[in-house]
Amino acid sequence: MSVIATTPKFKENAHAALTDARLQGALSFSRNFTDRRAAAADRLPEFEALRDSARAIKDHTLAHLDLYLAAHEEKVKESGGFVHYAQDADEARRIIVNLCKSFGAKSATKAKSMIAEEIGLNDALEAAGIEPVETDLGEYIIQLRHEAPSHIIAPAIHLTKKDVEEAFRKAHRGLPANRDLSEPEALLAEARAILRAKFLAADVGITGANFLIAETGASVIVTNEGNGDLTQILPKAHIVIASIEKIVPTLEDAAQLLRVLARSATGQDASVYTTFSTGPRRPEDPDGPSAYHVVILDNGRSSMLGGEFEDMLRCIRCGACMNHCPIYQAVGGHAYGWVYPGPMGAVLTPSLIGVAEGGQLPNASTLCGRCEEVCPVRIPLPKMMRHWREREFERRLSPAPLRYGLRFWAFFARRPALYRLATNIAARALNLLGRGKGRLSWAPLAGGWTDYRDLAAPQGATFQSQWRAKSGATK
Amino acid sequence: MNAREAVFANIRRSLGVTGEEAPRRFEVEARLAKAPVGVAPKRGQGDLDGRLQTFKAEAERAQATVEAVASLDEVPEAVARFLRDNNCPATLRMGADARLAAMPWGSTALEIVHGPSDGHDLNAIVIAFAGIAETGTLALVSGPDNPTTLNFLPDNEIVVLKKDEIVADYEAVFAKLRGTYGKGGVPRTLNFVTGPSRSADIEQTLLLGAHGPRRLHIMIVG
Repeated sequence: MSVIATTPKFKENAHAALTDARLQGALSFSRNFTDRRAAAADRLPEFEALRDSARAIKDHTLAHLDLYLAAHEEKVKESGGFVHYAQDADEARRIIVNLCKSFGAKSATKAKSMIAEEIGLNDALEAAGIEPVETDLGEYIIQLRHEAPSHIIAPAIHLTKKDVEEAFRKAHRGLPANRDLSEPEALLAEARAILRAKFLAADVGITGANFLIAETGASVIVTNEGNGDLTQILPKAHIVIASIEKIVPTLEDAAQLLRVLARSATGQDASVYTTFSTGPRRPEDPDGPSAYHVVILDNGRSSMLGGEFEDMLRCIRCGACMNHCPIYQAVGGHAYGWVYPGPMGAVLTPSLIGVAEGGQLPNASTLCGRCEEVCPVRIPLPKMMRHWREREFERRLSPAPLRYGLRFWAFFARRPALYRLATNIAARALNLLGRGKGRLSWAPLAGGWTDYRDLAAPQGATFQSQWRAKSGATK
Repeated sequence: MNAREAVFANIRRSLGVTGEEAPRRFEVEARLAKAPVGVAPKRGQGDLDGRLQTFKAEAERAQATVEAVASLDEVPEAVARFLRDNNCPATLRMGADARLAAMPWGSTALEIVHGPSDGHDLNAIVIAFAGIAETGTLALVSGPDNPTTLNFLPDNEIVVLKKDEIVADYEAVFAKLRGTYGKGGVPRTLNFVTGPSRSADIEQTLLLGAHGPRRLHIMIVG
């Protein structure tokens, strides 16, 4: 595996995150996302129809993925570019490092790419003596801090401006120590100046792709900063790293997806820069890269096709599911322990690194369903998290108290009379324990819950006995 | 088996196909040939004046500034005024577009340089391929006429957009591209630009001028 995952330690990670005051302060900013998405969706009457259209395009493409990949490859070759395939992270790293070496690269600028995170590309470049330079502001900040992104579109959302100032003072030596870096404007200006020089010096530019277009062979990237464009037009070579499910058939199909992507991600009607890049510069072009390579990564995705997790391959990485997730809002992205956090990460991570490693994440959900409500391509995330929970249970990977507890409950659930008797007794006991207040600050075996909040206690008879009394009364 | 063959074989195994099925191939070829238009938002539709109004409102929503200029001949004077009003130096970089070359730059005191940017220019001017009313977006294409570096390296970007090239939506730009370059023959880079560069990566505070232009000024001509 490429990136060391702390996913198996999700519980410890989450506990630490909940008691980290600085992180909790930073996470409060993520609230903006939900309001802005709602406003952008309300402003476009066709938004729900576009979500259906986006889902249909993705389903159609996945059902014909081999043919669209082949069509894309043909077009890239026609335009003078090259396509490489990688079965796993190791193969992808090797291809990219070798390409960089072939261009004699000393440094490579990078536009934010989750696939590059997934394969651990920066470490591989460094090991080969090539300096990787992240150029998205958030990604640059976390690179200086040697951290992983905590959000797929806002990688530094777990940090405050104070954290950023500290990182800049430590990294940007040679600048006056008494300079004022207290406000975001000053931090941005400093990053812009430093990165401008790096852009102009880079030998290779590496970007991800939001979409690959089969019709024209173009790769599409979406940014607000313009860093993805400077990354690809200034160096002599542009390398695109993308996974197999990024393919869409036509430019028109990409337009449908772009309309739901920006609104779901940041609440913008359109991102500032949407760029379609096809092959290397033409003979008459005065700028642009002289070489164009696309590296297409599988890394376990082809095995998800045709199975119960296929729907996950519709994901366009907007981040709406994590923005609306009560668990993500409480613990942030790092607790998830690998590359993809939030509900999409909880479904994708076990698929990519295995249920033994990633099996805890599908349990990090209240199954409230908000993620599915806002997903632009309508991925049934809660249902898929339940699938993973079932698999974890079947493979005896879930913790013993849960397994015994479930068996204990199942014993009663299969015997209705006994179940009614037991729940009646339990309801009465909990009511007594709560002294009629309707809540408990402590209960046996429930410390994990009551350490952080009260447990609601029943007040009166069970649902079943109330129901029986009610239907008896109306008959 | 090489990586390409392995990836394709695994996809086909999971989908339960061989890749040779005629109906599948036919469906894919038809979609690629016809490029069907999906859901088109009403917002950008309308006659030219309606599209102009929508374009202007949406571009300004994205923090671009918009100015009406009567004719191409009046662009140099308007550029000089814009730079003066914003306390920008009187320098300007541009590409080889014949429409730019034909403008009366001599009547201004602007210092003009030509060709792609080396990263040290403050001001640049380009001519747009089209404007998109739906989201106030500019469509810009690469080439010697309007080099792509001009869209990203200078601090202030001025874009000339001919009024009759304001179209309803993205799909209309793709149709125009196919008309101009032939189907499948696209320029190296097509940029959709909606407002000036920005970032909200620090505490979700929106700041303009992240790596690209701090100002985007659109001159609608005609």
